[in-house]
Amino acid sequence: MSLFRHRRLVDRLGRGLCGLATLLALVPLVSVLVWLVSHGARGLSFALFTELPKPFGEVGGGVGQALLGTGIMVGVALLLSMPLGILAGIALAEGGKSRFVQIVRFVADVLAGAPSIAVGVFVYTAVVMPMHGFSAFAGALALAVLMLPTITRSTEELLRLVPIHLREAGLALGLPAWRVTLSVTLKSALPGVATGIMLAVARAAGETAPLLFTAFGSQYWAWNLSEPMAALPLQIFTLASSPFEAWHQQAWAAALVLVTLVLLANLGARFVTRRARGGMAL
Amino acid sequence: MMELEPAIAGPVRPIGSRSTPAPLPFPPERPRSSAKMSTDDLRAWFGTQEVLKGVTLALAERQVTAIIGPSGCGKSTFLRCLNRMHETVPGARAQGRVWLGEQDIYTVDPVVTRRRVGMVFQKPTPFPFLSIRDNVLAGLTLNRERPKHAHAVVEQALQQVGLWDEVKDRLDRPGTSLSGGQQQRLCIARALAVAPEVLLMDEPCSALDPIATARIEELIHELAGRYTMVIVTHNMQQAARVAHVTAFFYMGQLVESGATEQLFTNPKDPRTEDYLTGRFG
Amino acid sequence: MAASLNPTASTHSVADRWFRGLTVAAAAFLVLLLLAILLQLGRAALGALQVFGPVLLTGRTWDPAGATFGILPFVYGTVLTSLLALLIAAPVALGVAVYLAELAPEGAKAPVTVAVELLAAVPSIVYGLWGVFVLVPWLRDTVQPQLQTWLGFLPVFSGASIGFGVLAASLVLAVMILPTLAAISRDVLLAIPRAQREAALALGATRFEMIRDAVLPQALPGIVGAMMLGLGRALGETMAVTMVIGNRADISLSWFAPAQTMASLLANEYAEATEELHLGALAFVGLSLFAVTLLLNLGARGLVRRVAGSAARSPGGAR
Repeated sequence: MSLFRHRRLVDRLGRGLCGLATLLALVPLVSVLVWLVSHGARGLSFALFTELPKPFGEVGGGVGQALLGTGIMVGVALLLSMPLGILAGIALAEGGKSRFVQIVRFVADVLAGAPSIAVGVFVYTAVVMPMHGFSAFAGALALAVLMLPTITRSTEELLRLVPIHLREAGLALGLPAWRVTLSVTLKSALPGVATGIMLAVARAAGETAPLLFTAFGSQYWAWNLSEPMAALPLQIFTLASSPFEAWHQQAWAAALVLVTLVLLANLGARFVTRRARGGMAL
Repeated sequence: MMELEPAIAGPVRPIGSRSTPAPLPFPPERPRSSAKMSTDDLRAWFGTQEVLKGVTLALAERQVTAIIGPSGCGKSTFLRCLNRMHETVPGARAQGRVWLGEQDIYTVDPVVTRRRVGMVFQKPTPFPFLSIRDNVLAGLTLNRERPKHAHAVVEQALQQVGLWDEVKDRLDRPGTSLSGGQQQRLCIARALAVAPEVLLMDEPCSALDPIATARIEELIHELAGRYTMVIVTHNMQQAARVAHVTAFFYMGQLVESGATEQLFTNPKDPRTEDYLTGRFG
Repeated sequence: MAASLNPTASTHSVADRWFRGLTVAAAAFLVLLLLAILLQLGRAALGALQVFGPVLLTGRTWDPAGATFGILPFVYGTVLTSLLALLIAAPVALGVAVYLAELAPEGAKAPVTVAVELLAAVPSIVYGLWGVFVLVPWLRDTVQPQLQTWLGFLPVFSGASIGFGVLAASLVLAVMILPTLAAISRDVLLAIPRAQREAALALGATRFEMIRDAVLPQALPGIVGAMMLGLGRALGETMAVTMVIGNRADISLSWFAPAQTMASLLANEYAEATEELHLGALAFVGLSLFAVTLLLNLGARGLVRRVAGSAARSPGGAR
């Protein structure tokens, strides 16, 4: 009987440890969120969104140019990667189990796991050096390289969830295969595909490393793609690395803005996917 | 440590038509009227859906009881309440009493009960990462009781299920290297190796071909005198072939139970007759 | 003949072929992109490789001003911080995965899953910020003095308590790879068929014994795969590490000492580098990083897929 009691003790202990590990894992998240809110909220102001950074010593200023820069570069990256990613996703979803599909899928997985800093180096050698200067375009390109594999794979997976009978129904109506793909398969998977894109955007918006030596950052309003451009994560890096208390304050505020955007995109994406999955079960 | 066959029967509530079992076609070894297990107003739910609506049934010791009925009648759920597997499904719960000997199994740790009440599933479930030998011993090693004479245990269990001669030269091969029917017999051997008092079988032949099915049925005959067995089946012929006692379930309720021959030839309830003659189910 | 019976057949097939060609071209572009990255990084690193040869990899001196480049300190810093991070994160992540896959009550599953996903969604720069202003002071003022008091005789816990260094970087990395490890491990556990769990329970196993003796052995290759993917992420992680590791090209036994990783080296020096050899040596660092994560991915995906595949084939899996 003591063996049994021992086993029951081990059972309780093992399960308890798993629960404890889960609590432990959530400590950093809570800590990050608490610090973001407690330190970031104080720095929130209208000027944060609309003004340029002020040199040290002057009060106020904001990270407006960085918000704009992130918007522009992520937008351009999206324009570059979205059509390619969706088309590639269609090729993977409809290519069956061919060798080509397996290779491309593997390549997409590898690219998705590639260190973003290495992608930055690649874009530097391929674009910045030949063009003799840092540019927003190079930054957008680096972000696009990071987004492309994510969009490809999520599109593929969501297209595969579309029931085959929907596709067959389209074909049976006499529609050509490409029309069926676009207006039946892709259309029914659209909410999910949009979610995948949203997640890719959220990830790209938070990327710093690949922008360090492509977009480089800037303290001024910039609209021109051929000039260096600021980005919110880069700006946070600059602010946090400075020795000034006031700038640290602003770094937390900017980080709060960034995290709010990223988390909203993630939560929104979850919501949309759940609805889409529920809908598709019919 | 573990008494294997407590002679005392639990509180029995004979139900419906069931009287002393009539002489049975086979195996005529030791017809007994004492109950090994019995349930008392057993109810079970999945979420809010009640799938067992108060079943009271006694299971005769060292006899084979077959549970038949149309799909969704609750027969598998009933079986899974007998070793508290039902509650392992998220959202599932049960209520009522299930006696094993003198003990209500819902008052003790399920681990203890499952040790005494073995189970064989619809599909063969050998552990793919274990050899044939270790699969037989899995119940013991899981219970931290690696026996001293492991080889003897393996041989005996495999002999009991008639698998020994077929696999004795390849005990180190994975359990999954066997055919479906052999895998199922391996699972029965695995269940027997922990020396249970009761063996539950949940449609053990439904994934097997006719030859493998015949082999398992033969095995059930052979084991009948030694273990209290409960078999859920959707195959009426199978029930007629292997069971001493048959219980008919319909829509979560026990309609009637009795000696197999009597139930099949002279059912008391019109619903049983309808089912047996194929009017529904 | 056929065309006259079905006059649109040929136009259909032409449009279909065009569309098909377009999608295949887009897919092929990904392969070209990967090749281009490898080729471009290789070409950029070639000059430095020709000058220094294997010393580039084994040299311990990194001196841009003196045009001497050996990346061993960065390899050491990268491997040490990543392995430490894995060592810290793996047991916790496994606990989370088991909790989510096996133990969590229905009501807790969704919130915990969302929380773990959010942990993964927080950008690297924010972890860096948190590292600098929360983690590093805590390590400096509380953890490191305590470790020194009790375990100071170990060389890894020697040296001054400055907060910034290997330990801080490893902890931040551990937090960052934990969601990856936990999520993939959970998926691997969930791929093990329910029938296998029931078989173990029906034999009288406790819930924990079922997990340890019936579920984990089958999930093991997949969990190893998850760890390799986590390791890959840790190796290439840049911003948070750069901000807390102290950035010094030393090889020190102490975990309290500042160090530098390959990624943080790139973040610190690449934008300012002008000399061709310096740029080449840095490109070599980038190439090595890329190649190593590529290999880790190759192995890891194979392992994860093997579990998912064999689970589908394993007894009771097709249900």
